[in-house]
Amino acid sequence: MAETASKGQEFESVLADSATEVAEFEDERTGFVYRFQNVLHQNPAIVPLIVLVAAIVIFGLLLGSKFFSPFALTLILQQVQIVGIVAAAQSLVILTAGIDLSVGAIMVLSSVVMGQFTFRYGLPPSVAVVCGLLCGTLCGFINGWLVAKVKLPPFIVTLGMWQIVLATNFLYSANETIRSQDIAETAPLLQLFGTKFKVFGAVFTVGVIFMVVLVFALAYALKHTAWGRHVYAAGDDPEAAELSGVQVDKVLISVYVLSGLICAFAGWALIGRIGSVSPTSGQLANIESITAVVIGGISLFGGRGSILGAFFGALIVGVFTLGLRLLGADAQWTFLLIGVLIIAAVAVDQWIRKVSV
Amino acid sequence: MEPILKARNLVKRFGRVTALDGADFDLRPGEILSVIGDNGAGKSVMIKALSGALQVDSGEMMLEGTPFHFHSPIDARAAGIETVYQTLAMSPALSIADNMFMGRELRRPGIRGQWFRQLDRPAMEKFARDKLTELGLLTIQNINQAVETLSGGQRQGIAVARAAAFGSKVIILDEPTAALGVKESRRVLELIADVKSRGISIVLISHNMPHVFEISDRIHIHRLGKRLTVIKPGDYSMSDAVAFMTGAKHPDQEIAA
Repeated sequence: MAETASKGQEFESVLADSATEVAEFEDERTGFVYRFQNVLHQNPAIVPLIVLVAAIVIFGLLLGSKFFSPFALTLILQQVQIVGIVAAAQSLVILTAGIDLSVGAIMVLSSVVMGQFTFRYGLPPSVAVVCGLLCGTLCGFINGWLVAKVKLPPFIVTLGMWQIVLATNFLYSANETIRSQDIAETAPLLQLFGTKFKVFGAVFTVGVIFMVVLVFALAYALKHTAWGRHVYAAGDDPEAAELSGVQVDKVLISVYVLSGLICAFAGWALIGRIGSVSPTSGQLANIESITAVVIGGISLFGGRGSILGAFFGALIVGVFTLGLRLLGADAQWTFLLIGVLIIAAVAVDQWIRKVSV
Repeated sequence: MEPILKARNLVKRFGRVTALDGADFDLRPGEILSVIGDNGAGKSVMIKALSGALQVDSGEMMLEGTPFHFHSPIDARAAGIETVYQTLAMSPALSIADNMFMGRELRRPGIRGQWFRQLDRPAMEKFARDKLTELGLLTIQNINQAVETLSGGQRQGIAVARAAAFGSKVIILDEPTAALGVKESRRVLELIADVKSRGISIVLISHNMPHVFEISDRIHIHRLGKRLTVIKPGDYSMSDAVAFMTGAKHPDQEIAA
């Protein structure tokens, strides 16, 4: 059918002489600001990284070695480990244009299951931990099934699950705390994530290492596997994703299930962090994780941002909290500055996007 | 000749709106069949039913004589039917290569692919670059740029390249040249002819009468949710076809030989 090229309409006859080289353009907008905007568009995690480094430098200058020491800096890591792990789960959900308000409740219920299964039923701690992880996974599956199959808005589903899971947590635990000494005596496995080790004055815990490994593993999966690309596609434009061959339902369910599992791990880490199993702990984890995600530059509309950004977001909050406390400022200043950061992060996000228009 | 893709008596209603009212459809092996009709005649709905994007209320469809029922576009793709939708079905924030391979990504050979499920980016990028060059989409500078940074025409070109690269039996194109320039439209028509020469059957939905009359073997005229008639481009003029699809004239024969 080569003759079709010669057919066609008269005005098309000049096409034979048309240019064939790849187009190249001199971009006259070579200013620093424009190039910076372009770099940010390609690597959205750079903004929170810059804010993080700037915050560390400023507090370091103000406080000197009190802040700028291996001990203080690793203390920040320990303080943000729970929020950091939960923010990783939250990032996955928000990348699909959803939101998970039940992360904190799932975390606490999972930790309570781990504790009560060991102490109430006398199960081996390892079995109790597996049951706790399964509990979180199941909660995540219920969220995912309601969002993907029943097509309910994620905000509503997880708002409901938040209440349901939290009430279950209080009813089941009878509002009873399991003491730290008892756990250390009979089931030290539950406190595994709190195990500390020192490297030149820097103090790390298993929970901190877990958070860092988790964030990098998820960053890899999101960028370099088909599943990760599908998470972005499903959040970006679910209809287009479905038509181009993504099973959006399965991707959504997998994301909520994984989020539930990560929250259960956060529950395990929570026992390590506070020592005891307390049904009243971790109440603010949902808001704190959303804050970290937003400061980290992940769009609440889905499909844009990187999980590293959310990690940096969690660290920024940690740096501000510790830095201001060491400066002796009222704790309300921390909240005020975090509020400013949230709004600034979204404003910067809008500015970066202009590069694509 | 037994049609490769055949549909009988398709009915689809959206609430009180009837989109398909007993529509029939026949696509013969190796032909280019154009589907024309007024806006709202139900062309796109029929195409979506054939490509698995929506489910009909009743009626039957057959691929190579075997009845089928696609639950999703993935089923249709697995059966060898590729579709270029009017909306193009692209993820704006992802790269050209990611979009071309959406749902059928290549993995690295060896441990990196099997255990770490790592995507084979170099292979995917090379393939995407080759296919776009074949289509003459030379104005695309970077295969890794996000689809949202491309013009409407470039996006359409990528959607067409994707279907042409992966279709094995039938390619359905819903308005593939609507947003394209003169040169790019011509390239798409050449590509369609080229795909046909590989033995693949093509369904083309278009409002561009010169294009339809130039490349079609047969023309399916859709009116009010059903097939009005099928004509051969040599037997009728463009104004006859327009008269049929708008109801100004009635065809004297049901289906062209």
